[in-house]
Amino acid sequence: MNGAETRASGSPYAPHTADERDAMLEAVEADSIAELFDIPDAIRFTDEFGIDARSERETRRLVRSILGRNENLTELLGRGHYGYYVPSLVDHLADRSEFLTSYTQYQPEISQGFLQALFEYQSLLVELTGLEIANCSMYDAATALGEAATLADRVRETSGHRVLVPDLLRKERRGTLENYVAGTDLIVESYPTADGAIDADELAAAVDEDVVMLYAENPTVRGTIEERLDAASELATDADALFVLGSDPVALSLLQRPADAGADVVIGDASVLGLPTSYGMGLGLFACREDYLRQVPGRLVGVSEDATDRRAFTLTLQTREQHIRRERATSNICTNQAWVALRTAMHAAALGPDGLVDLAKRGVTRAETLAERLDDLVGVTAPVHDRHHIREFVAHVDQPAPAIAEDLERRGFAVHVVGEHEVQCCVAGVPDTELDAFVAAFSEVVR
Amino acid sequence: MSDGDPVADARQVRYDQARYVDDGQYEPLLSEKDRTRVEIGDESPLPDDLTRDELELPALSEPELARHYTRLSQMIYGIDSGPYPLGSCTMKYNPKFTEDVAALPGASVHPDRSAASVQGTLELLSRLQDYLGRIGGMDAVTLQPPAGAAGEFVGIRVAAAYHEHNGEDHRDEVIVPESAHGTNFASAALGGYDVVSLPSDDEGRVDLEALDAALSEHTAALMLTNPNTLGLFERDIEEIADMVHDVGGLLYYDGANLNALLGRARPGDMGFDVMHYNVHKTFATPHGGGGPGAGPVGVVDELAPFLPAPRVRAAEDGTRAEDRNSDGDSDSAGAGEQRYELFDPEHTIGKVHGFQGNWLVLVKAFAYIARLGDEGLADASAKAVLNANYLASQIEFGVPYGPFHHEFVASAGERDAADVAKRMLDYGVHPPTTKWPEIVPEALMTEPTEVESKDTLDRLAAAFNAVAREDDETLADAPERTTARRIDQTSAARSPRLSWHELDD
Repeated sequence: MNGAETRASGSPYAPHTADERDAMLEAVEADSIAELFDIPDAIRFTDEFGIDARSERETRRLVRSILGRNENLTELLGRGHYGYYVPSLVDHLADRSEFLTSYTQYQPEISQGFLQALFEYQSLLVELTGLEIANCSMYDAATALGEAATLADRVRETSGHRVLVPDLLRKERRGTLENYVAGTDLIVESYPTADGAIDADELAAAVDEDVVMLYAENPTVRGTIEERLDAASELATDADALFVLGSDPVALSLLQRPADAGADVVIGDASVLGLPTSYGMGLGLFACREDYLRQVPGRLVGVSEDATDRRAFTLTLQTREQHIRRERATSNICTNQAWVALRTAMHAAALGPDGLVDLAKRGVTRAETLAERLDDLVGVTAPVHDRHHIREFVAHVDQPAPAIAEDLERRGFAVHVVGEHEVQCCVAGVPDTELDAFVAAFSEVVR
Repeated sequence: MSDGDPVADARQVRYDQARYVDDGQYEPLLSEKDRTRVEIGDESPLPDDLTRDELELPALSEPELARHYTRLSQMIYGIDSGPYPLGSCTMKYNPKFTEDVAALPGASVHPDRSAASVQGTLELLSRLQDYLGRIGGMDAVTLQPPAGAAGEFVGIRVAAAYHEHNGEDHRDEVIVPESAHGTNFASAALGGYDVVSLPSDDEGRVDLEALDAALSEHTAALMLTNPNTLGLFERDIEEIADMVHDVGGLLYYDGANLNALLGRARPGDMGFDVMHYNVHKTFATPHGGGGPGAGPVGVVDELAPFLPAPRVRAAEDGTRAEDRNSDGDSDSAGAGEQRYELFDPEHTIGKVHGFQGNWLVLVKAFAYIARLGDEGLADASAKAVLNANYLASQIEFGVPYGPFHHEFVASAGERDAADVAKRMLDYGVHPPTTKWPEIVPEALMTEPTEVESKDTLDRLAAAFNAVAREDDETLADAPERTTARRIDQTSAARSPRLSWHELDD
């Protein structure tokens, strides 16, 4: 047998004995397995990849040694990817192999459990956003933003072609958006912000009837909380443009409901709940108003009844999707982030409404407190923006920011460099004791 | 079934899926177990107008939640439950240890960390790029696309950027065989291309005359799966590649069926210019009820400058320590001293994901490839093809097209393939993909993968054959042993109820 401590001569996960293999070959009237491959000689691969087989134990040791090269830093990093503590409940239950090893629920009768979990995930986002529809996942916030733009292109009532995004937007998110609209006649343009948030006058000057989509984030990538979403929403409405808002489930537990702020679509990264820091792996949140039901990208779970008239869940409105509509589908997405959505729903359920609101509130108060403590240091002004913040803020440092960040890294802390004299710090997932150590290190660095 | 084959009957599994029935419905929703409304207003650290008024969600204890999700999991059929021959999806066993390596503390890093502080992550990505390049016969690989369809989109964008760079932006068509995956059409359309659909020839392969007619100076690319969705190898692939290249087009390989070719043939050697890999298919990362997967894209040298940014590479100024093993085979070495860096390709199409894709999935794929090595990978394709051929030989449904490889498409003939599938659920197996590709009437697209033993395949065949012998009424009433009975799709679509809020009276 191919045990976990031995190197296999074949795939350790193919269970055939030699006798079984021979019996099977006989049944298919072939002398060898090679005979079953109908590949012209000229293109047969006769070389080797040069990849050595390893035992399970050796493979684990290899990956551990490779990843062991990552330095163990306390990360005060955010800007769209957060490291909240994920309860053990989530890991253990999401890792149950029925969740982990099943696929898309093409046979709903045998997949009720996953469908129900995804329905509950959709419901969570409907509650948080106040919008009527949430799909059960895009890849991440950036691709969800891209999908929002193609939705805007499909549903628009005007002949315009401008997609407006804040000048603060992460360049990676904007870059992804630009690829998504490359096949349309939409163009992406920035509108100027002031002091880390929307400036109603500047925005009004940027919006005209050529705008088909206006995008804002709350909180912004700099951790500031928008105060003029009402103005943005009005401008979008007057221009017959879609108002798209970027956010996440933790922030949404405290901030004004997007539906109340006039949002038509909400996108974002929902994996702030459910996934620990994962080098940017995410979960695209996508919610929208009921009017766009037939134009929604991605999978939707709905309620139906089975032959016994009991309530049952199923993927629905699949005629929007690529496997049926092909080039006229609302999106090309097939494999999505369903398991992450399950984890997000589990994490939200573990926190409950009080826990969620509390987590968000602590994001406000802890960011505020850390900013005050840094502001007390000589040569540091924090926060830079005279705004409310959640989770993170930008600090001005008199010394060059890259040098500050490098010095902090030597002392075991990672921060963002966002300007020549600006660093950004995020408190999400960082315990208080480590924040104390961070402040102490920061004070050494700027001394 | 008393008149059936007694041997086959003896092999049939009796299966009853877990079913919790509570007050006329199945397991209640979280929201039916509790709904707690939290008023936020006065307690907010923010001004009123920036704060939501309330939040109403379930507030349940950890034991209650553990039971809720355990029960839900029992109402799901996964690969660990039994055979899962869902054609085109390569539902192979997901080795348990790959979860452990993805859960290593070193894997939990932020994407905005300095390159110097995440050398381990960059090394793993670099090694995986190298592995995939060797396996596909490609010169350069990006790991950024988070799924197969995202990989297709990257391929399309790379093709567009390449043609534009060469002053050929008049190329506005992408050719896709009629029997291709739906994502091919959708990805090409998302990239702004007109999709030209290509019929198959009588034997189920690309019709060269039709291809010749479809190719022109407008052709940006031909997207092809090989073996195709019928499991057939495109024998004329070299000629096809020449034809596409002769008109200046690119040849795209849809990696959905790569499991058939591991160690036997490589897309790069067949003349493909760009391809994606479905690591959740070929490299056994869990499908997670629909995802996450990953769809790395490999290209030939000429297209490398157009790949998404950033890419990972070994830094030139780095020095590699002596490899730790005596035979000098660098793949055997543990983590080295080589430095890695991120860089933007010269004519990059930019970003297709906010960060670097589905990192944790990539860790699992790397571990799988490193575990199997050359021999394991070649054995996977061998056993996958053997299993498909054996299973096909044991079932009573006809298979019109062959010789097939890792999957075959049987025809349910006069029966409704969807009904056949529903009834198969009652025998404790997952059914094939149904009614697609449409070239086979009432298609049962079946891919057992290499992980099933002969005994399991016999039981799976017994399920096919038992259903084949049952009457239409039985099939139409199926399933009867799953959690839910036949679900009314029309009702779900006619009056969409997409959240628990819609269930409130």
